[in-house]
Amino acid sequence: MSAITPSTEAIRARAVLLGRSRWGVAEIIFWVLAFACYWLFPTKLSLLSEIAILGLVALSVDLVLGYAGIVTLGQGAFFGIGAYAAGLAAKHGMGTSLWSDPVIGLFIGGGVAAVIGFATSFLVLRGSDMTRLMVTLGVALIVDEVVNQMKWLTGGSDGLQGVLPSAVLGIWEFDLFGRVAFVYSMVVLFVLFVIARALVKSPFGLSLQAIKGNMLRTRAIGMPVNARLVAVYTVAAFYAGVAGALAAQTTQFASPDYVAFHRSADAMLMLVFGGAGHLYGGLLGSIIFRTMQDVLGNITPQYWQFWLGVTLVALVLFVRGGILGLLGNMLAAWRRKGGAS
Amino acid sequence: MLTILLDGIAYGMLLFILAVGLCVTLGLMNFINLAHGTFAMAGGYLTITLMQKAGVPFLWCLPAAFIFAAVLGLVLERTLYRHLYDKTHLDQVLFSIGLVFISIAMVDYAYGANQQIVNLPDYLTGRFSFLGASIGVYRVFVIAICGLLVVSLQLVLTMTRFGSRLRAAVDDGRVARGMGIDVTRIFAVTFAVGSGLAGLGGALGTGIISFDPTFPLKYMIYFLIVISVGGTTTITGPFLAAILLGVADVAGKYYVPAVGGFIIYTIMVVVLIVRPQGLFARAAAK
Repeated sequence: MSAITPSTEAIRARAVLLGRSRWGVAEIIFWVLAFACYWLFPTKLSLLSEIAILGLVALSVDLVLGYAGIVTLGQGAFFGIGAYAAGLAAKHGMGTSLWSDPVIGLFIGGGVAAVIGFATSFLVLRGSDMTRLMVTLGVALIVDEVVNQMKWLTGGSDGLQGVLPSAVLGIWEFDLFGRVAFVYSMVVLFVLFVIARALVKSPFGLSLQAIKGNMLRTRAIGMPVNARLVAVYTVAAFYAGVAGALAAQTTQFASPDYVAFHRSADAMLMLVFGGAGHLYGGLLGSIIFRTMQDVLGNITPQYWQFWLGVTLVALVLFVRGGILGLLGNMLAAWRRKGGAS
Repeated sequence: MLTILLDGIAYGMLLFILAVGLCVTLGLMNFINLAHGTFAMAGGYLTITLMQKAGVPFLWCLPAAFIFAAVLGLVLERTLYRHLYDKTHLDQVLFSIGLVFISIAMVDYAYGANQQIVNLPDYLTGRFSFLGASIGVYRVFVIAICGLLVVSLQLVLTMTRFGSRLRAAVDDGRVARGMGIDVTRIFAVTFAVGSGLAGLGGALGTGIISFDPTFPLKYMIYFLIVISVGGTTTITGPFLAAILLGVADVAGKYYVPAVGGFIIYTIMVVVLIVRPQGLFARAAAK
């Protein structure tokens, strides 16, 4: 009988795993607010869809960096690959055929990025942080060069013109005010977020965190470390590729700027702003990052860069774990105080 | 042919002087300092300012740039960098990228985003022909100065007491400290000298590469290539790597401009994968 009925440990483990994946009130409020932005800021919709896209890139970095602990400066490459793949599909689909369907475009962008992510994932398995940093950066630079040189395909430094995706699911045409673009980006972000959430709360996600904690010991307890890292790197490349596809479709444009170094750096910065390893960190970070950029960049572009630099330095020196880390610390301190009195 | 080779060597030597400080911080102190280009930019812009505004002769600008960048490095090391030695690599990357952004914004604010050009003195601008090739005097000048620096660096590191202390501090900081070596001070001095050399390289570079505020980002990758290909355990490794990179870059831009930086980046990735400790380094002891 004991072989069929699960042991008490198994029941407890199951309860712990399920408890981890329950949705909290704060999370629900966050998403309701996010979708409510459609009515709250009707004039800022294109900025908001851009934030959603940036949030998706930051989410993909979070999977690699926050959960698996791989330092990467190359996520911009997958973003750019996704953008160009989806952009080319939409361009040559001429706005009518199946190829220019936005949702299929997402899978094209994400798929191509995932294939390249899978191929390059074997490069980041070896070496120290520094090696990984340089390899991911090197891959991003190579992609950048390829995009710039293959003028016949990508339009070179002029960018990819004439990206005309057809209506979403054949119903909603992209409009001038960015309404469809916003809802579309938000829905994609939400769906991918829910999947990522399930992924990191699953035993698979736990094993990633174990790898981040101590790779040697995780290997010693029989975890296929390399396979796990390849898997998460590929998934993250898919996410970044989808984000790139979204960007190309909503702006109807793709340029070498999409693969430039600052894309990779920005994505990592947003994640660190918000706090890595929480999934929400990247989303919060992208909101703050892009809003700051909008406000400060309107004064002068240098202002923005200066304060971004100052924020980064201050963040590293004084605040561990970004905004979510800060909030967590404050909450813990408040609870301690409340418990003592 | 010879012209390109010599141009490449001069460029490579310049890269080495620019990058050698990074070699020290990264290889010896295990600190990822992506802001190294900032010190080079400081030296470069100081030279530009001194020459254009104050009319200081070029040759005096070189030591001035060295001292300025070294002091800047020392101040930053004492106030900011030292807090980060024992933090994670990610923190170090973020911190130094932050510094890069600040420096870019400040230079952009003060000088504008335009490229700055320096009028070299007449005795350095000429060309002469040697074995049928036309050779710029300035290239020879750069090669001579950098060559001198390389030799003296190597001598300091291997022959002097300071050099042996530094190597001891790097091999095992704790034991070195236990033996009565002031590791903190040695690192601070080394950091300052490395920054100073970058500043000097920046000053020398004003005649070869054009300066604009994005310099630290643009050249960051070149520095990293020099370090990763050359390895960080010796000085000769990065030196050879820098020469190779310089010649390959100049020749590549001359013969196959369409390929651009593609070859260099590919070589870097391949070297990193196949020989993570560097192309010229002996297998790491650790």
